[in-house]
Amino acid sequence: MMRLLAALVAGGMFGAGLVVSGMTDTRAVQGFLDIFGAWNPTLAFVMGGAILPVALAWRLAARRPRSLSGRYFPARPPAAITRQLVLGSALFGAGWGLVGLCPGPALATAATGGLPALVFLLAMGAGMVAAIPVRRSATPASPMRT
Amino acid sequence: MLEPDWIAGLLGGLLIGSAAALFLLVNGRIMGASGIAGDLLDGTDPGGHRERLAFLMALVAVPLLIDRFVTPVITHVTPNLALIGVAGVLVGFGTRIANGCTSGHGVCGLSRLSLRGIVAVAVFIATGVATVALFRHAWGLT
Repeated sequence: MMRLLAALVAGGMFGAGLVVSGMTDTRAVQGFLDIFGAWNPTLAFVMGGAILPVALAWRLAARRPRSLSGRYFPARPPAAITRQLVLGSALFGAGWGLVGLCPGPALATAATGGLPALVFLLAMGAGMVAAIPVRRSATPASPMRT
Repeated sequence: MLEPDWIAGLLGGLLIGSAAALFLLVNGRIMGASGIAGDLLDGTDPGGHRERLAFLMALVAVPLLIDRFVTPVITHVTPNLALIGVAGVLVGFGTRIANGCTSGHGVCGLSRLSLRGIVAVAVFIATGVATVALFRHAWGLT
């Protein structure tokens, strides 16, 4: 129950934060990536603002054995820079630049963005499903303790 | 710029980060959009599916409520459905192979000074910049 409630609140805050910060506007996102044009630095401020509370949370987490709901905190994955990490991030960045949507904003605009937003969401889901066999063949980054 | 976008950016960012902090401290999980959606799609860790669904429902519903009752949520998504399809597949496939996106590797990884997060962010920003440069400035598309 506690986990469900916190997930609901966190999802809502995430959605509200994306709208408030302007990150649901693909022009602002593509503007950040457009360093050879009219560069828009907003995304850097969003990232900075977001990192602050999470950095604090990681410090708190380091002092406790478990999360408030009893689950262990996610273990630090091995520092290995794998081919999957680099290649996957490269493909993701290309798609991100093409349309200006990453998974969070794609979900946050799913109900308001009309047909284009739905097509993006469906295509993103298809891409995720297509990644399943590749993920299976790769060694898992870290076994999740629950 | 008519209004100071960076103040809204910073405030929105704090809200996003607080959400991730809450999810970490209460649920003991990384708040990564691609991880939450992807684990639901491929059936990883079925025990966490209910909270993933709750998270995604709120993530979709709150912007809709803001759009209806507060201020329109403007997205400016390209109407080019072929481009959208290609980009969506790249984003979905890439983030799952890389095990994270802007929220997972970006917000949660960077704040933990994770080497993998730092590398992922550097790579996806680099290819994002290159893609915008090519499509917008070299080829005049998007």
